[in-house]
Amino acid sequence: MTVAKPLPHDAAHLHVTGQARYVDDIPTPAHCLHLVFGLSDIAHGIITEIDLDPVRQAPGVLAVLTADDLPFDNDVSPSAHDEPLLSKGEIFYLGQPIFLVIAESYLAARKAARLGEITYDERPAILTIDDAMAANSRFEDGPRIYAKGDVERAISEAPHQVRGSIEVGGQEHFYLEGQAAVALPQEGGDMIVHSSTQHPTEIQHKVAEAIGQPMHSVRVEVRRMGGGFGGKESQGNALAVACAVAARATGRPCKMRYDRDDDMMVTGKRHDLRINYHVGFDDEGRIAGVDFTHLMRCGWAQDLSLPVADRAMLHADNAYHLPTARVTSHRLKTHTQSATAFRGFGGPQGMVGIERVLDHIAHFLGRDGLEVRRRNFYASGGSISRTIKPHTTHYGMEVTDFILHEMVEALEVSSDYHARRAAVAEWNARNPLLKKGIALTPVKFGISFTLTHLNQAGALVHVYQDGSIHLNHGGTEMGQGLFQKVAQVAADRFGVPLAAVKITATDTGKVPNTSATAASSGSDLNGMAVKIACDEIRDRMARCLAELHQADPAKVVFRDGHVEVGADRLSFAEAAALTYQNRVSLSATGFYKTPKLQWDRIKGYGRPFFYFAYGAAVTEVVIDTLTGENRILRADILHDCGASLNPALDIGQIEGGYVQGAGWLTTEELVWDDKGRLRTHAPSTYKIPACSDRPDIFNVALWDGQNREETIYRSKAVGEPPFMLGISAFLALSDAVAACGADYPALDAPATAERILAAVNRVHA
Amino acid sequence: MTITFLLNGETVQVDAPPTRTLLDWLREDRGLTGTKEGCNEGDCGACTVIVTDDDGPKTLNACILFLPQLHGKAVRTVEGISGPGGKLHPVQQAMIDHHGSQCGFCTPGFVVSMACAHMKKRSDFDDQLAGNLCRCTGYAPIIRAAKAAASEPVPDWMIDTPLENVQNAHLPENTDELAAWYADHPDATLIAGATDVGLWVTKQLRDLAPVAFLHRCNDLQRIDIAKDHTHIGAGCTMTQVLEWASDHFPSYAELIRRYGSTQVRNAATIGGNIANGSPIGDNPPALIALDAKLHLRHGDMQRVINIEDFFIDYGKQDSAPGEFVEAVSIPHQPNHLKCYKLSKRFDQDISAVCGCFNISIENNHVTAARIAFGGMAGIPKRASHVEQTLIGQTWSKETIKTAQTVFSKDFQPLSDMRASAVYRLQTAENMLMRYYLESIGEKTSVLEVQP
Ligand SMILES: Cc1cc2nc3c(=O)[nH]c(=O)nc-3n(C[C@H](O)[C@H](O)[C@H](O)COP(=O)(O)OP(=O)(O)OC[C@H]3O[C@@H](n4cnc5c(N)ncnc54)[C@H](O)[C@@H]3O)c2cc1C
Ligand code: FES
Ligand code: FES
Repeated sequence: MTVAKPLPHDAAHLHVTGQARYVDDIPTPAHCLHLVFGLSDIAHGIITEIDLDPVRQAPGVLAVLTADDLPFDNDVSPSAHDEPLLSKGEIFYLGQPIFLVIAESYLAARKAARLGEITYDERPAILTIDDAMAANSRFEDGPRIYAKGDVERAISEAPHQVRGSIEVGGQEHFYLEGQAAVALPQEGGDMIVHSSTQHPTEIQHKVAEAIGQPMHSVRVEVRRMGGGFGGKESQGNALAVACAVAARATGRPCKMRYDRDDDMMVTGKRHDLRINYHVGFDDEGRIAGVDFTHLMRCGWAQDLSLPVADRAMLHADNAYHLPTARVTSHRLKTHTQSATAFRGFGGPQGMVGIERVLDHIAHFLGRDGLEVRRRNFYASGGSISRTIKPHTTHYGMEVTDFILHEMVEALEVSSDYHARRAAVAEWNARNPLLKKGIALTPVKFGISFTLTHLNQAGALVHVYQDGSIHLNHGGTEMGQGLFQKVAQVAADRFGVPLAAVKITATDTGKVPNTSATAASSGSDLNGMAVKIACDEIRDRMARCLAELHQADPAKVVFRDGHVEVGADRLSFAEAAALTYQNRVSLSATGFYKTPKLQWDRIKGYGRPFFYFAYGAAVTEVVIDTLTGENRILRADILHDCGASLNPALDIGQIEGGYVQGAGWLTTEELVWDDKGRLRTHAPSTYKIPACSDRPDIFNVALWDGQNREETIYRSKAVGEPPFMLGISAFLALSDAVAACGADYPALDAPATAERILAAVNRVHA
Repeated sequence: MTITFLLNGETVQVDAPPTRTLLDWLREDRGLTGTKEGCNEGDCGACTVIVTDDDGPKTLNACILFLPQLHGKAVRTVEGISGPGGKLHPVQQAMIDHHGSQCGFCTPGFVVSMACAHMKKRSDFDDQLAGNLCRCTGYAPIIRAAKAAASEPVPDWMIDTPLENVQNAHLPENTDELAAWYADHPDATLIAGATDVGLWVTKQLRDLAPVAFLHRCNDLQRIDIAKDHTHIGAGCTMTQVLEWASDHFPSYAELIRRYGSTQVRNAATIGGNIANGSPIGDNPPALIALDAKLHLRHGDMQRVINIEDFFIDYGKQDSAPGEFVEAVSIPHQPNHLKCYKLSKRFDQDISAVCGCFNISIENNHVTAARIAFGGMAGIPKRASHVEQTLIGQTWSKETIKTAQTVFSKDFQPLSDMRASAVYRLQTAENMLMRYYLESIGEKTSVLEVQP
């Protein structure tokens, strides 16, 4: 069995020796040209004059393109056709590409790109949530509203009410490898594109439109990304399209990669938002109704903001049964970078809202946060029977697989939660300056694309005569270990050692019409598609061999690198050769679509998710009340991956997700000035967690269970859910602040030292 | 200019413009693409290489390392970390075994940092790896790998010896040569560690000519302990200063431990950190608090000034064209120094506020006080009003509280992306309280709290 083994990442050896190739490492043919965008200097206005002569005359420059020079579609949007590659005359954010420099070297292109002289008629920019609300600047006609029951009445009739608001900052992806693409022009106008993208089919589609060719003329290849996190779902379009357009214009290979500062200035980030809440509850903290308003800054173009904002609404319940609820979501259009997908895709933002509400309720009642949380949990999946009906979410989906009662109980014991909580209180009583805090928060995350048709995947599997297996699927590798998990599945289906299986670069010519590798769906979808293709070949082999050996095909067994047919035992290679000689195809495609989904996003009703993935974390922190400085001391995590395909890779996703989630809510602060200029556009000013920021004690365990739904080997998706375990760090900080005085801390995110000190000042006051 | 050095054990000669970075040269000219570019400004460590000179091996960021800085030295990139026939280095094997790579983009940089730490038998992994960012793993498996490899022997292929007798590459070989040349070329740019100048090239895309490199002036890189003071050459790296300070002023050492990262400290010089006149450099406040003197030199002329007088105004220092920083000297004194660095992230972050306090107390009275701040004004600046309010008073909470009220006379800080003015002022005041509370034995640092 290769499945369920903690095998290393398939490229680990290549990674550690520096041999793993990323887009910028691919040797380019001679005469490769280099591209850089000239960017806007203002957030909103009309270009009145544009003088690019200095750019054209700069050393090494071959050509400079503007919107007028684009022969076909000038658009790189993944959704609403509202995102020109190069500005058509109006500027919508500071950092928007206006012209494209094509030069003999990267340095020459970078230097020239700064020489454009552009005059603007500057217009007032809508930068903040309040600006946008005042101007009614938004996507869609009005707010989207998902509701369940008479929430106003439930709140007003409840024994207690609290009202509040939290600002939640955005997040820069900071994939270590910046955006990059290379286009290699082919005969007859065809184009081969290497792109660091999570979505090769989209690149193919946008490139085809931009060079006026059908999709069959464009082949996109992705071997790996140096991190994606959602930031390469749509944000790579511009570079790939620019390369293809320039390659078409010059007939030469073209490469584009963003310098880190450009990357941060140009591309979208996680949506920041304000969440207003009003909740009614009883003496024990049981919620009767909660009313959320999400005010999300989406930036200048629609990009993926609608499904992101939808998913935020869909996670406004997290793990809690809301008898009545309303979520009102404003998708605000601002003159800033177009916010985009980021691990969790809005889910984390929605979840922070309800976790904040529970924290507020617990503080109001003077009760332990965990006790209040547990009281509001959905009914346990195990307890559901003919008499006990499952709870339904605020969007009408029954929650039938809820396992957090059991998981949280186990985590309470393994993390020694109650004793540590008492120890924290005692420590705080002794320490006037430093305060500790502790919090346990759960995660329930819905798995499936909410745009139902995306829940499909394809695979292409070949068995060669020597018994080696080559396969492709539609998913992309960005570090999550998808290739290894899928290879483990294939090896298991054929009963061969893992070394017999090779997965090569994702290629739109091998598997067409793929969905983005996103929504944590990579191994669920592609694992299944590969399994189906492998089983098809295996069954053909079995039928062929059974006939030759006059045996029952159902009794042909593939294991240990061999095929057992009746009393005979052949090596897998012999079996493959024999099948080939008998003129049976050893190549098959596989196709999978997720069952049971039904979702109406306008009504906000149905079953958008195949299943839920669960997890819980306890974090302990300490803060300094003189400066707000703070540190995570310990984190204990229990996470549900169903029957894990590869526990080592899954634990890697959990550790990494937690630290990234905690980073989002603590040190990672995006700051724009009043002109709309992003001031934190490099790692010198934008601080992702460093090595010493991980918890000193970091215990991660997998919940031993199986997916109740029929997923690949009953495993569960793991890419996004653990990100939200980082919310426990945020609420532990809030808990530490609460130890400084009587008032509710009402901490905003990210909880930088400065915000923590401000909250300390507030509760002291 | 023609530069000679060892690259993964082989001698290479390079003709290149003086500000060609090692990273660009490796990737573009040599096709050695294992070394990655993650930021091109020294902050992520994806480009880490090992450079060996007479002091032994150290890690540096190749993205802000100019080729002439390598003259006569030995460079080892990730491609040279595995041995003959592709034999893995113990840290490479451990990274595989402990799942230390996910997307793998940061991995070559980590492997190089880990291999260097391994060679130097360092086990302070958080510090050794503070300059390597990873967005995927959350670092835990990388630390497990570093620990697992620690007891393995250093492979023999890792041992580099710098080149002897390299031919002159027209780099100043001592301070006198430098002084004479600079006096003749006052418009030239001096390049010491290039942790500032590197960014002028990689980010501002400036052409810097002419330039003079300081790194071959060995006589600028010495720390000498004299009878009544310590003399620190301007070319001493922050790594050298850290080592010295740990014995004499541990709190200054702790400040420098959090200055940049291992790679940055191995390059950045104390002279550069002073000469650039930055209001947010970490050394000047500490040096002002220690009453240090600055030694300036122009040709054969030398002068000595109080270090605080060097900083006249934002972007304006007391130095003439052709004059450079030769050294800084610190009078021997009992250690009362405490340095507090406030930044969004503990490691590898520029200070929002850096406060340095040197307060003498006798018979429970303040007899002397030197207090200086970075990040609170356009220059590193003394808190004169605060000092005056303290001197002569009893050492008590009340005195501190009174002194806290006069900070606004000394400082009107700005708001920027690192912190607001209000926060800067409040925390500066609170740092004085922290100094007091520490003096009476209170626990004040979250870094010292155990889970
Ligand atoms: C990633 C990173 C992190 C950093 N973190 C910190 C930090 O935490 N704290 C901090 O204070 N700084 C930090 N810095 C800033 C930087 O390290 C310093 O300013 C550094 O000390 C400059 O020294 P250098 O030797 O590298 O100078 P260079 O870059 O070589 O030169 C800087 C300037 O000083 C001039 N110069 C150099 N030597 C002399 C001399 N002897 N006489 C006269 N002029 C001279 C140069 O001409 C130039 O104008 C960081 C920088 C980077 C890239
Ligand atoms: S590329 Fe980031 S430190 Fe050099
Ligand atoms: S493994 Fe992806 S950045 Fe470290």
